[in-house]
Amino acid sequence: MPFKDYLRKRFFPHIWCPGCGHGIVLGCLLRAIEQLAIGKNDVVMVSGIGCSSRICGYVDFHTLHTLHGRALAFATGVKMSVPRLNVIVPMGDGDALAIGGNHFIHAARRNIAMTAIVMNNRTYGMTGGQYSPLSCHGDFATNAPYGNIDHDFDVVELARAAGATFVARSTTFHARQTTEIIRKAIAHPGFAVVEVLSQCPTYYGRKNKQGGAAEMMEWYRDNTTPVGSKAKQQNPTLIERGIFVQDAGKPEYCCEYKKLVERARRGAS
Amino acid sequence: MSAGLKFVQGNEACVEAALYAGLQFYAGYPITPSSEIAEHLAVRLPRVGGTFLQLEDEIASICAIIGASLTGCKVMTATSGPGFSLMQEGLGYAIMAEIPCVIVNVMRGGPSTGLPTCPSQGDICQARWGAHGDHAIIALTASTLQDVFEITVHAFNTAETYRTPVILLLDEVVGHMREKLVVPEAGAIATVDRLKTSLKLGMDYHPYLPREDGRLPMSDFGGQHRYNVTGLFHDMWGFPTQEPSMVHGLLRHLVDKIANNADSICRYKEYYLEDAHIVLISYGGSARSALHVVENRRVRGERLGLLELQTIWPFPYSVVESKCANARYIVVVEMNMGQVTRAVKRAVAHPDRVVLANRIDGVFITPTDIRNILRLIQGKGV
Amino acid sequence: MVKRRLKEHVIDREWCKGCGICVHFCPRHVLELDEQEKAFAARPQDCICCLLCELRCPDLAIEVITEELQTESATKEQTE
Ligand SMILES: Cc1ncc(C[n+]2csc(CCOP(=O)(O)OP(=O)(O)O)c2C)c(N)n1
Ligand code: SF4
Ligand code: SF4
Ligand code: SF4
Repeated sequence: MPFKDYLRKRFFPHIWCPGCGHGIVLGCLLRAIEQLAIGKNDVVMVSGIGCSSRICGYVDFHTLHTLHGRALAFATGVKMSVPRLNVIVPMGDGDALAIGGNHFIHAARRNIAMTAIVMNNRTYGMTGGQYSPLSCHGDFATNAPYGNIDHDFDVVELARAAGATFVARSTTFHARQTTEIIRKAIAHPGFAVVEVLSQCPTYYGRKNKQGGAAEMMEWYRDNTTPVGSKAKQQNPTLIERGIFVQDAGKPEYCCEYKKLVERARRGAS
Repeated sequence: MSAGLKFVQGNEACVEAALYAGLQFYAGYPITPSSEIAEHLAVRLPRVGGTFLQLEDEIASICAIIGASLTGCKVMTATSGPGFSLMQEGLGYAIMAEIPCVIVNVMRGGPSTGLPTCPSQGDICQARWGAHGDHAIIALTASTLQDVFEITVHAFNTAETYRTPVILLLDEVVGHMREKLVVPEAGAIATVDRLKTSLKLGMDYHPYLPREDGRLPMSDFGGQHRYNVTGLFHDMWGFPTQEPSMVHGLLRHLVDKIANNADSICRYKEYYLEDAHIVLISYGGSARSALHVVENRRVRGERLGLLELQTIWPFPYSVVESKCANARYIVVVEMNMGQVTRAVKRAVAHPDRVVLANRIDGVFITPTDIRNILRLIQGKGV
Repeated sequence: MVKRRLKEHVIDREWCKGCGICVHFCPRHVLELDEQEKAFAARPQDCICCLLCELRCPDLAIEVITEELQTESATKEQTE
């Protein structure tokens, strides 16, 4: 099936700005699902609120467009009720790690088999380019005119520490790798986190004088390096990309719950 | 639990009723005085193959039950004031997206952390208007364990019938008191199952197109019909719209489906109202003290009656109006600063005859407290 | 690996927003934006079918249609 058959084509062209990285992530995600040959009825996509979260409207799955930051919580209810479903949760960086940060670490801790995709543009796109918990120290934003004094999270380290059993990072420049990583994340039997650096030329790019979409993607090309590469040792400011954690051994939450039910039933009878 | 006579706690009666009504999924976060609901469900739900989750907070809890409800489960969460405050955004979502769920709020003293272990009925107005924007809401309450059982089943039935969240407002007194409960045989109280679409695969299913009777058949998430669910204003497929006529139509529908059915949602009990000169209006734990006073006074031949509200929202304006038509005094007994009193004043022909008998100090309102107010309005002094 | 040859670039002019990503990163400078800021294949003969333009288009507006290139050995096998 061509991956575009997963689209709700009637809503195209989509609402994202010209050059917005979120559209590239959408393409990668659908190609990954196509490669896994997953049926439309077997996917539930849950998103929060933000430019990134609008992704739900464009895909022909069961789609749940929820509240800012709460997508993983809604998704937990869906997944626990029907564990056979592939639950995919695309989120913005503010969505996932500011207002939704608590749900993020707890979903990771439980190791519930879902795919969390953090579309990291280092800003709040939808509300007009404010600084987010992934804006870097010194970045500019519409409400950080003197420079951002916050420090950013490292999504990979956070997810790893919280207990996610698949953790990866990619960028929109590396679209082929992103597709491959998302495919592995969806197939992973536990909580999978994929951070995709995704440009917001409209706000982040403009405020930080990074040029247009293509220049921002060049930045991703020039400032990232495969995980474990020599380049990182020589230049520690490079951002590593690739798969950082892939552990299929930790018990998965739905499976554990199923066992709990069996124990409870044995006890009751 | 099998049918028959039990001696249990109010929170446990709520659990029994929820299971009787078909509860399959619970998510919550511990908070006094509601914690026993979770404790009992942690034991009981897995045994019937249901899901019990303790999540990271009340926000996650309400969101998770909404997600689970979409897959076809009957769902519930339980909390108290602080947690109920955190749930308001999720509550509004369930209203907008028309997702059945039951939210139990075992009320305690507030605002803020307030009085964790003391009774209050301070969340009446929050239940009505806690979520932002225009909306209608259903909120129920009960004063005895038998009623807690019946009203809890009613809460689930109403949530399914109208595809809406239903709030069950218990209070610390009712939640924690122990008395006898007769669990009815299966089938003795009707339970409403999820109305599901009969449309087959390949047919165009409209999740948000009401039938002629106003009801909206659902299709389980993960099933054969794919659609969108959102908290934005949406069209009949669930896709966002800002088209003014659709916005207007949806908001009207959300409000009217409850307003137009207020009579069937409305539950109340009445005691000695036929000839009452003084009508007491109360609900929940307070209604127990109110009934005690009425019965004592009746023995002495005084014409007192009690109207016990079990449906708080939509407020039963016409019931209150007609039951109070001949009253010289209407005394509203509640444990707050007059949250139901305000609605009663709007309902009755003579608002100046409405008096509030309350306690707001975290102490359960006693028959003596009510008697003192009665003496005052009767000109007898305390 | 089977070699592929370009059949055509299908560019949805409704969907294309003229961001220029495909133009910028095409290794063979095949693509350009026209006066309406829509991408088009100016030098299709140079295309090496790397599909990068398709993968990186944020608007899913560009599709590189290819066909299998009959390699020499494959042609031989068939004639033998
Ligand atoms: C409770 C709540 N607070 C604030 C908002 C406003 N809001 C909408 S989207 C958003 C942030 C979006 O940023 P991000 O999650 O990074 O996604 P992006 O738009 O950049 O893709 C905010 C703050 C909201 N909808 N709900
Ligand atoms: S504002 Fe930024 S994140 Fe939002 S659509 Fe535009 S480019 Fe994308
Ligand atoms: S990348 Fe896509 S949207 Fe951008 S110019 Fe090329 S075809 Fe158009
Ligand atoms: S397939 Fe590769 S070479 Fe051909 S136009 Fe696209 S980017 Fe250029």
